[in-house]
Amino acid sequence: MAGSPVGVLALQGDYREHAAVLESFGADVVTVRRPEELARVSGLVIPGGESSVMDKLSRMFGLADPLKQAIAAGLPVYGTCAGLIMLADRIIDGIGGQQSLGGLDIAVRRNAFGRQRDSFEVEVEVPEFGEPAVHAVFIRAPVVEEVGERASVLAALDDGRVIAVEQGNLLGTSFHPEMTEDYRFHRRFYDRVLATRFA
Amino acid sequence: MTDTPSFSVGSDRVKRGLAEMLKGGVIMDVVNADQARIAEDAGAVAVMALERVPADIRSQGGVARTSDPDLIEGIQKAVSIPVMAKARIGHFVEAQMLQALDVDYIDESEVLSPADYVNHIDKWNFTIPFVCGATNLGEALRRINEGAAMIRSKGEAGTGDVSEATKHIRKILGEVRALTALAPDELYVAAKELQAPYALVAEIASTGKLPVVLFTAGGVATPADAAMMMQLGADGVFVGSGVFKSGDPAKRAAAIVKATTFYDDPQVILDASRGLGEAMVGINVSDIPAPHRLADRGW
Repeated sequence: MAGSPVGVLALQGDYREHAAVLESFGADVVTVRRPEELARVSGLVIPGGESSVMDKLSRMFGLADPLKQAIAAGLPVYGTCAGLIMLADRIIDGIGGQQSLGGLDIAVRRNAFGRQRDSFEVEVEVPEFGEPAVHAVFIRAPVVEEVGERASVLAALDDGRVIAVEQGNLLGTSFHPEMTEDYRFHRRFYDRVLATRFA
Repeated sequence: MTDTPSFSVGSDRVKRGLAEMLKGGVIMDVVNADQARIAEDAGAVAVMALERVPADIRSQGGVARTSDPDLIEGIQKAVSIPVMAKARIGHFVEAQMLQALDVDYIDESEVLSPADYVNHIDKWNFTIPFVCGATNLGEALRRINEGAAMIRSKGEAGTGDVSEATKHIRKILGEVRALTALAPDELYVAAKELQAPYALVAEIASTGKLPVVLFTAGGVATPADAAMMMQLGADGVFVGSGVFKSGDPAKRAAAIVKATTFYDDPQVILDASRGLGEAMVGINVSDIPAPHRLADRGW
């Protein structure tokens, strides 16, 4: 797998911003919309966007099952916002029939903070990263409402609501580091990609 | 959380950010909760709540205003994707109402009858983000200067004729490309000619793109229309009358969503275009006398 590219799921959402972050690390980045593109990558970012649309398109174009298999096989995946919802084993307040890929042993509530008027930015302490705090941008964001035994919490708001989790090669955040200049979550994902690639 | 000094709502980043999340998607006009559900099921990234689709506004005439709050609320209850709604150009009180109603985006729209023929809404005064129409780069930059967090090229709403949408997206992106070729000392005159703020002009000359997301609108009626707008460089597509004035709205809506994601794959667009039933009948823009063209509203 050495030298294989890193993918960004490009069914919908801010995938170009994620691609730009990964390219700034020197990664070879490809957009993924089809199973044959997924088969080439050594890691995948699932971007922000509308989770219900990503779910529909991924099933319609035969990408959902290969994605689930890749996740089960240990592909490093980082999901932001909608991507976190896609990685959650359980969705609360999805649209009728909405499915996720799963992988993270968590339940995620969609639009947990309310509508756009309640979208916000705030500093968040992430113990794994130390100082400085992460400047986190939440846009109609989800929240991790239940954390199962296999998942671990990386960050929570002051009121205790969980907004970043990790489980093996899977990483998920409610917020959008790709909209800031702080790429420590992407770096954590990319280090995992490199470690997996050369393992 | 709210006592953290850094906490903020309604920032530029948050307003422009929601539009970033809609990219690669289709926003559909809906006039009731049933249509909103059809749109959501078909894969719309957001819906635009209005009382009449532009084709009906055009045929029925009269003054078009912001929608009945109960209608918008019914749509908000029916779906969980973002709900946008339109205010008249310059009608800041309609916009205040829409903000109080907690819509996700306000479209200051030429599809409705303008309320002010001089001033647009001062959009910096709102927590809710605004999308505004534009036919060229100067108009887009004037709207951004007033606080718009998203731009859509206007096209000619309610026609099903994509030619004006093509003209406007080509014009805006062509003018962006032209700016990147100018020498720094030529940007002052460029700003004067565009009738746009120098700071925004200089920013675009250096980045090569608008500082906000650019969708296209006004006349998109088929999957191929949507894919063409994406190939021309739009970040996403608004579909107004094109879906619910067609023979099979659910099927056509889903097909336009597919063609927008796979805009560069002719086979997917071809497959999506089969068996859709009748497209909206439409009206050629060249048959509409100039005073009745909606794109001329706003300046």
